[in-house]
Amino acid sequence: MTEDIKQKSGPRLGRSKVSQGSQVILLMLLLVLIIVASAGMGYIKIPFSDVIRIVLAKITGNTGILAGMDKLLPVVVLDVRLPRILTAATVGGGLAIAGVVFQGILLNPLADPYTLGVSAGAAFGASLAILFNISFMSTWSVPLLAFIGAMSTLLFVLYLSSSGGGYSSNNLILSGIIVAAILSAGISFLKYIADEQVSIIIFWLMGSFASKTWTDVSITLICVFFGFCVFLFYSRDLNLMSLGDRTASSLGVDTQKVPLILLLTASLVTAICVSVSGIIGFVGLLVPHMMRSITGPDNQKLIPVSLLAGAILLLGADTITRAVLPNEIPIGVLTALIGGPFFCYIFRKQQTAKVW
Amino acid sequence: MEKLFEIDQISFGYKSKRVIEGLSLTLAAGVFYGIIGPNGCGKTTLLDLMINHHQPAAGRIRYKGKTLAGYSKKALSREIALVPQNFYINFPFTAKEVVMMGRYPHIKRFAAPSTRDIRFVHDIMEQTDTLAFENRFITQLSSGERQRVIFARALAQDSPVLILDEATSNLDINHALGMLKLAAQGVEDETKTVIAVMQDINLAAAFCDHLIFVQHGNVVANGPVDKILNSEILRDVFQVDSKIYFEPYSDSMQVVFRK
Repeated sequence: MTEDIKQKSGPRLGRSKVSQGSQVILLMLLLVLIIVASAGMGYIKIPFSDVIRIVLAKITGNTGILAGMDKLLPVVVLDVRLPRILTAATVGGGLAIAGVVFQGILLNPLADPYTLGVSAGAAFGASLAILFNISFMSTWSVPLLAFIGAMSTLLFVLYLSSSGGGYSSNNLILSGIIVAAILSAGISFLKYIADEQVSIIIFWLMGSFASKTWTDVSITLICVFFGFCVFLFYSRDLNLMSLGDRTASSLGVDTQKVPLILLLTASLVTAICVSVSGIIGFVGLLVPHMMRSITGPDNQKLIPVSLLAGAILLLGADTITRAVLPNEIPIGVLTALIGGPFFCYIFRKQQTAKVW
Repeated sequence: MEKLFEIDQISFGYKSKRVIEGLSLTLAAGVFYGIIGPNGCGKTTLLDLMINHHQPAAGRIRYKGKTLAGYSKKALSREIALVPQNFYINFPFTAKEVVMMGRYPHIKRFAAPSTRDIRFVHDIMEQTDTLAFENRFITQLSSGERQRVIFARALAQDSPVLILDEATSNLDINHALGMLKLAAQGVEDETKTVIAVMQDINLAAAFCDHLIFVQHGNVVANGPVDKILNSEILRDVFQVDSKIYFEPYSDSMQVVFRK
């Protein structure tokens, strides 16, 4: 009987046959593999077995495992490479799930933190901090101002686009683009009036994971994990919101509260990621888009899978620029250079595949 | 008869424009209501107030004796289902996934659909003639097919009240009749109350028990179809000339309009 129905119902385009559970487990294994591989790669090559021994020794506290190893290697792995690797992976995952949520709320598969001006706000805040050499919180002033910039931009965009009750996605995107344009001009102006600091601003804007610390790791990890929990909790409501405001409302979604909670959380995650690593484009756009063609648009599946895929992608990219290329290219430039054309390709492919 | 909705002197407006002005209305359970009125008279807004999507600026709405504000969103979604007019979905959910969303109010947040839910969705899709494209993407269906999927989604909600907001306007006559018959069947089985905003007065006359005429944000006439539907009220509300007669073929009152 059910076989019969399946036969009649026509082809199911694109979606993977692999079950949700095995997708997640596969991606987790892949992530661990890349973390270990990446930790061994770089100026000093370290065999994988040594990487695992170093990590095991650290976790178990049993230094006996390290017998006969160069004293330098544990320092390289634990203090230099792992913080950078884990930050890159966490930021990748965070940007990807923030992208899923922005796209879900704005009902636009092309939305991402840029569309709402959140990234531009963070960049403006950071540029200000660098230009005026604000250092009341030592190394934290740049991330802090980036965060303040991101959140105040979001609040202003929300204020600009709110009407009566709720936020229309068209208004949000329009307001976001307007505000982002103003902020970009502002950043250009800051670059113009900065003489010595201009290179610092430009380098920060291009994004980098160089010299990250365990503090960076824990801050981003906590925020991204918090965001992940919030997103997963509301993932079903996010599904319903794709049916439109009225329908979502009639299916039990608080269409004033839920989008606001999700937007604020997604912006928090974006702001933390941007403030730690600078501007890294296309992860929030590309990853949800690619994963949606594997899992389908159900956010309960899409969010966990995007988190892992984003982590893998950005860590992969960072490892390439750190350990494979002869000179380190800013990670933001690399993701845009690879991600942009790739995105054009899949976007065009989807346009031609559409049958109306 | 049990009172379902008691709408008491409600007003509502967007910014400067008053849409609903001191409207009162009482609806009973187990009736097929048709709401009729010219474009922009506040019909859709009235529905939005009844599903608590908007809240009245003045007055109050009681559902089953309790004010709407006293219901949680979730509790209300088990009571009232809505089929909206023209909408589109940007994400490629399959038709079956969209219908399953109608079961969400009955499924715990992190739980998977039970076999009963899956069975229920399958039966509903069979009845609404949507099974043939259950695995196709909603983004690739025609507007009429999409509308039927959305209707199936509302039926899957299995709620005592079904609200149709010009739900048949995109459908061919075969599927329009099919949809209204299913809704009327629910009323006949005493499991549903249907409140339908309709533009086609003949379809409304054929299926509704009770008509409510709305004009300038207020109810101007309200009663059983055979008592209330006459050329005077149509002239008042729509400024058209018409003749109304009983048509045995459809076993209902029918209207013809002067060109």
